[in-house]
Amino acid sequence: MIAKQVNQKAWFMVLPVFLVVAFSAIIPLMTVVNYSVQDTFGNNQFFWVGMDWFRDLIHSDRFHDAFLRQISFSAIILAIEIPLGIMIALAMPKKGWGVPVCLISMALPLLIPWNVVGTIWQIFGRVDIGLLGHTLAAMGIDYNYTQDPIAAWITIIVMDIWHWTSLVVLLCYAGLCSIPDAYYQAAKIDGASRFSVFRYIQLPKMQRVLLIAVLLRFMDSFMIYTEPFVITGGGPGNSTTFMSIDLVKMAIGQFDLGPAAAMSLIYFLVILLLSWVFFTVMSNIGEESSNGGA
Amino acid sequence: MRWKWMIPTVYIFFLLVPIYWLLNMSLKTNSEILSVFSLWPQNLTFDNYRVIFTDPSWYSGYINSMIYVSMNVAISVSCALPAAYAFSRYSFVGDKHLFFWLLTNRMAPPAVFALPFFQLYSSIGLFDTHIAVALAHCLFNIPLSVWILEGFMSGIPREIDETAFIDGYSWPHFFVKIFIPNIASGIGVTAFFCFMFSWVELLLARTLTAVNAKPISAIMTRTVSASGLDWGVLAAAGILTILPGALVIWFVRNHIAKGFALGRV
Repeated sequence: MIAKQVNQKAWFMVLPVFLVVAFSAIIPLMTVVNYSVQDTFGNNQFFWVGMDWFRDLIHSDRFHDAFLRQISFSAIILAIEIPLGIMIALAMPKKGWGVPVCLISMALPLLIPWNVVGTIWQIFGRVDIGLLGHTLAAMGIDYNYTQDPIAAWITIIVMDIWHWTSLVVLLCYAGLCSIPDAYYQAAKIDGASRFSVFRYIQLPKMQRVLLIAVLLRFMDSFMIYTEPFVITGGGPGNSTTFMSIDLVKMAIGQFDLGPAAAMSLIYFLVILLLSWVFFTVMSNIGEESSNGGA
Repeated sequence: MRWKWMIPTVYIFFLLVPIYWLLNMSLKTNSEILSVFSLWPQNLTFDNYRVIFTDPSWYSGYINSMIYVSMNVAISVSCALPAAYAFSRYSFVGDKHLFFWLLTNRMAPPAVFALPFFQLYSSIGLFDTHIAVALAHCLFNIPLSVWILEGFMSGIPREIDETAFIDGYSWPHFFVKIFIPNIASGIGVTAFFCFMFSWVELLLARTLTAVNAKPISAIMTRTVSASGLDWGVLAAAGILTILPGALVIWFVRNHIAKGFALGRV
């Protein structure tokens, strides 16, 4: 690989992006930082409280609960969607009329506005008018996502699988398509089993896209707001109040600017930290296996 | 492996059933929805769609959404093109840090930005305009565009640039006449993803608008909470929000797998 040419004038090409993103990221973030260290009695009078909001928040049960719910949700989502996505991608046809059919119908849920996804599942799960709720009720299963926390959780998890597994599938499928046929022929000659083809050919080739899939799914499930808001509104009780829902409640519902701002910063930092850890760990694994293989 | 085709088939079935149910409801009258439980409409009616197409408070939502989504796609792609070129061809002071900083914005929860955006755009008089939502969505779409386009551009050999410069092309001339046609499919894929993420986002769009620029998705949530739940109209509005997405997928269907692979999304 040739080294890239050093050219400081390239900054001029980056300038428009830099300005737009700075306008829409740095200024709002500064506002948040500003609020997080002040208190107000209304009337636009602010006074300095230092780290108090952060201290309160870190010790509050409300924050602990929301954080715990959020982490469990993301963990469940990753544990189901990634293996399921790989499995479906492996089974997808490689050529013929099946390819566009699969791609188009699988990409469809990704392009539905998030609140409509919520609405679809809200309707689908209702016992009186929804196919799912009605069928379960007819089978004698007691299912009501507005009353029962477990049913609410299951509904939201199934909805998220419905909504986002396709992203994992499409990414893995793209990774699989980039494997030359010669690899499979060689494996066949060597008499490799189905599993070793997967372990030593397909999995390493999917590594990069899998990393992207895990990162995207983690970030987006950690920021989930609209869908659970539409389906359950954070209830029953607080059982599906994830971090974003709690934050919006605090900031726009109760207008507690200080605590909300402190929570925003902690929330953002947690996402950054976890994404960075994922990224580092997974790219290290990637380097080791490619060094070992070559 | 004869039964392999079963897996995608079952999965697609699982994907399509809830959408079918919505379509089914949108073609029923409200009384039928609430009284009879049937797998297909007994009295087929298009009234729900007629309500949406004749009531300005409904269809203006679609127009608003379309306006800010297209603005956002235009801004994101046109800003990201030169930046992605710079990242893929040159090294300059702070390039790695800048790239990482851009990506961190993709990780920023919209909930964190909702309130500050509201105050920022109110204070400069942009509240409730299409451009405010378009700019707000740039927060995550520009980093994404730079990321995707950089992947595509790195796939174009650098000899093309050098040959063009030797032939006496100026940079803008070369960029527009030679480079952009070469990454046309990359631009298409980028525009697709910008469209997708701007079209589906609700929290920021709802926070930044009141009347004039209110997106269709926000109008739908208002109907859910207020006027006694007209399920049929709600379902019809839902179906109509799915259509633009389906159209866009149809146009990029041949590029989508390639775009996912090259574009690192």
